[in-house]
Amino acid sequence: MPKDHGIGASPKRREDVRFLTGAGNYTDDINIHGQAYVYFLRSDMAHGKINKVDTEEASKMPGVVRIFTGADFEGVGGLPCGWQVTDKNGDPMKEPAHPVLAQGKVRHVGDPVAAVVAESLEEARTAAEAIELDIEELPAVVDMKAALTDGATKVHDDLSDNLCYDWQFGTDTETTDKAFAEAAHVTTLELVNNRLVANPMEPRVAVGDYSRANDESTLYTTSQNPHVIRLLMGAFVLGIPEHKLRVVAPDVGGGFGTKIFHYAEEAFCTFAARQINRPVKWTASRSEAFMSDAHGRDHVTKIELALDADNNFTAVRTDTYANMGAYLSTFASSVPTWLHGTLMAGNYKTPAVQVNVKAVFTTTVPVDAYRGAGRPEATFQLERVIDKAARELGADPIALRRQNFITEFPYETPVAVAYDTGDYGATMDKMEELMDIPGFAARRAESEAKGKLRGLGVNCFIEACGIAPSNLVGQLGARAGLYDAATVRVNATGSISVMVGAHSHGQGHETAFPQVVAEMLGIDESMIDIVHGDTSKIPFGMGTYGSRSIAVCGSAMVRATEKIINKAKKIAAHLLEAAETDIELKDGQFSVAGTDKSVAWGDVTLAAYVPHNYPLEDIEPGLEETAFYDPSNFTYPAGAYACEVELDPETGEVTIEKFVSADDFGNVINPMIVEGQVHGGIAQGIGQALLENCAYDENGQLLSASYMDYAMPRADNLPHMANYTVDHSCQTPCTHNPLGVKGCGEAGAIGSPPTVVNAVIDALQSGGHKVEHIDMPVSPSRVWAAMNG
Amino acid sequence: MYSFDMVRPSSVADAVSALGQDEAQALSGGQTLIPTLKQRLAMPSVLVSLSGIEEMKGVCREDNGDLTIGGGTTHATVAAEAAAHYPGLAKLAGGIGDPAVRNRGTIGGSLANNDPSACYPAAALGSGATIVTNNREIAADDYFQGMFTTALEEGEIVTSVRFPVPEVAGYAKFEQPASRFALTAVFVSKGPNGVRVAVTGASENGVFRWTEAEQALSSNFSPDAVAGLSVPADGMISDLHGTGAYRAHLVGVMTKRAVAAAS
Repeated sequence: MPKDHGIGASPKRREDVRFLTGAGNYTDDINIHGQAYVYFLRSDMAHGKINKVDTEEASKMPGVVRIFTGADFEGVGGLPCGWQVTDKNGDPMKEPAHPVLAQGKVRHVGDPVAAVVAESLEEARTAAEAIELDIEELPAVVDMKAALTDGATKVHDDLSDNLCYDWQFGTDTETTDKAFAEAAHVTTLELVNNRLVANPMEPRVAVGDYSRANDESTLYTTSQNPHVIRLLMGAFVLGIPEHKLRVVAPDVGGGFGTKIFHYAEEAFCTFAARQINRPVKWTASRSEAFMSDAHGRDHVTKIELALDADNNFTAVRTDTYANMGAYLSTFASSVPTWLHGTLMAGNYKTPAVQVNVKAVFTTTVPVDAYRGAGRPEATFQLERVIDKAARELGADPIALRRQNFITEFPYETPVAVAYDTGDYGATMDKMEELMDIPGFAARRAESEAKGKLRGLGVNCFIEACGIAPSNLVGQLGARAGLYDAATVRVNATGSISVMVGAHSHGQGHETAFPQVVAEMLGIDESMIDIVHGDTSKIPFGMGTYGSRSIAVCGSAMVRATEKIINKAKKIAAHLLEAAETDIELKDGQFSVAGTDKSVAWGDVTLAAYVPHNYPLEDIEPGLEETAFYDPSNFTYPAGAYACEVELDPETGEVTIEKFVSADDFGNVINPMIVEGQVHGGIAQGIGQALLENCAYDENGQLLSASYMDYAMPRADNLPHMANYTVDHSCQTPCTHNPLGVKGCGEAGAIGSPPTVVNAVIDALQSGGHKVEHIDMPVSPSRVWAAMNG
Repeated sequence: MYSFDMVRPSSVADAVSALGQDEAQALSGGQTLIPTLKQRLAMPSVLVSLSGIEEMKGVCREDNGDLTIGGGTTHATVAAEAAAHYPGLAKLAGGIGDPAVRNRGTIGGSLANNDPSACYPAAALGSGATIVTNNREIAADDYFQGMFTTALEEGEIVTSVRFPVPEVAGYAKFEQPASRFALTAVFVSKGPNGVRVAVTGASENGVFRWTEAEQALSSNFSPDAVAGLSVPADGMISDLHGTGAYRAHLVGVMTKRAVAAAS
């Protein structure tokens, strides 16, 4: 019998009432009296030297308040990078300046050159057309390997070259080389992890406001982490102390990582509002989103897998070129390194794992975290090369994986992380059961009877979530702590507001978080509300990314609620004239063990705020507690995925006929929300595998700059629900956080791309096509070309 | 978009007169023009909306059997009202874009724009339709003159399109994954005027007739008849979504499928 409340129940998402009835309050819904509008004039060339930006005529245009250029930001800070990576020679990464508005050069299509603030957006845009630009075009730098050749055009003239860092991690070279030299078999695969655009439904928006009376700035912005923005923008860019800077991220329509980062437009609106003493608003068009939101992925990799004569994995070595784009976005440097290299062991007990990454500057939009961030790239390489190895060796791909699974926990990998718990055999069992692997042959025969090919793809994945222990990430170069925080404020009549550092931009925190507190206190969820997204209301938390909300912020909330319970028990003990140690809390009642004496939750909370009969000599009135929680380790969700594709050999079109995910998320708070998260992640993973392709031409022009050319996954690209099973029944609870949770937000996007590609290759092989790999997106034209190549 | 004036005449004559103004631009369903204006890629002084002209709307079976469709008729209306008369055409109309597009976009607007990946040019050319304007009638064979180029003169309005109704017709569209316009699509018809095969989405010159396939299908209207035929990749569109060679290949596949689907 499923629970109907508390942990493990699936109440409908309370926030959906406002989202589905058009009553949400998004940043673009915020309009402040007297606000002006900014239009950013963006570079239409990939690379150029700015000779002149003449705003004289434009400044006289109707409605123009003020025009800003890069010169206005001299003496103002640049956009900072939040993670210092050290390269294999011990040198810090190269960290070029990233001005709010371009200075000296433009470095990608979309780089803002000038900003026109006017009474209306249309007037701003018209005036921007009157700005005279003299920009001398320079050669674009697009291909990463070419960018690293001697004499290549430099993206940043003050750097020695286009190499941000050359990073090596894991097993030493001598040991790794020896393992390969002694291998019975080595499988090699070269592949691309395609560049993606996150495309949240809501484009980015920023509204800057300033009160001259008390010298306070407020930024309303589409952010996943308002305190991170306050810290980065206040301390590093604009020099505004925290007590004079408020950042509000209200309802946010999807983030997927790209709304983690601190962007130029946010700093601009805050800065300009102070300069002109008026609110300044910017709303991105979809076109601007394509050329200014940080992109994701874009790795070019060679991976090698060594096996002994018994098909045991003995070594993995990868060489990756990771595109940074033109500037270092907030967490760009961490994605191909610590979020990627640490997962290269996967689910396997491979004794030697070496990861090499060259991060490269190019004249393209900056690249940073996108749902999964580094972990999909690791999973894709590893699970693709294992599949190829199985084919080369004539081994069953499931058996080969099982044979190499890590089975004892905790397990220290050769790439620095320690998996606390897991059961990869169990998720594989569950996947096999749900997928009906024995029935595949008959389904393949049915497809072949229709003239189609059918393929089965399977793979495993592991991810590191709940980012992360602050002391560890600090050693790895993070310039921020990665704890989170929650304040539980119990009101006099027993209702509760929980102020959390996590930010909900579609995840359903407002429903799931109260389930936890309700379970702990034994009261109804309707008595509990979640407050998030406003630095003036919530404690300093680090926000939502890396599937961390329930694992980190949820744990902080548990700790704060435990403090509440401890204090409430003291009050109850006083009211009941009993010893504190005898007080039990159950179903919202405090009772004295072994007696029928009890006092209700509401009586205790009222006593806390109306302390007429209260132990004032021992405890303070009121009932409000804050906890900061810093996890001792990452969490390690893992799973086994499978899909079947049907491939039309005449057109190369691939359709997904059946999909199964078997995930281990540890304990689950709200199964419905978890399944929704996995569905969304798989949709994005299938999007990456079959459809999405952010492409530049050799001149650095963005070819896929709108939905006419950038293919988003739609409902009909996904399998019918009857053939689509999302399972999370295998549960090995996390051993180090109080809820035993691991996080579920990214799993689908991490696990699914190799599943789809493995299935496509299997289908082609079944048709006699000796195709070993097709780069994503596996579009009809690419499949056809591979078949006819 | 830039500022413009807008008029909404209720007759073709008034619309033609309004289009005589400097920098005037006709607006039908706006499915191409409105995005163009929003991107500031066009700067008309006055938009002449054709949506208030009742005489340009509707689907009508003529005494001679032809099907006349008003230039201002939406795709959704064609999909619904042509189904009993010309199912192949109705099916094509019902597969254009999404419901929002089909409820705004019009046949006249599509043919006037002549997007190289649009569906309607294939239907008009593949049916041997006649494009009727405010001052003349133009055979489809003369009307389409290359990508985004037609025989229409400045200020000329497509008031209706007259389709001879064939015995059978079929349309097979392979969608570009992002836009879901035709990456390559083929319309075939067989009727008193013979077999016609029109290809859209593939060529750098816009919609074209594949005469070799027409000849083969004239003697044997079956999918097998085109099995060995191919079009050259030269002159085919090559982009992010497919090479010229891929599109040329799809011309053969879609022709076969259009014949198989013909009813």
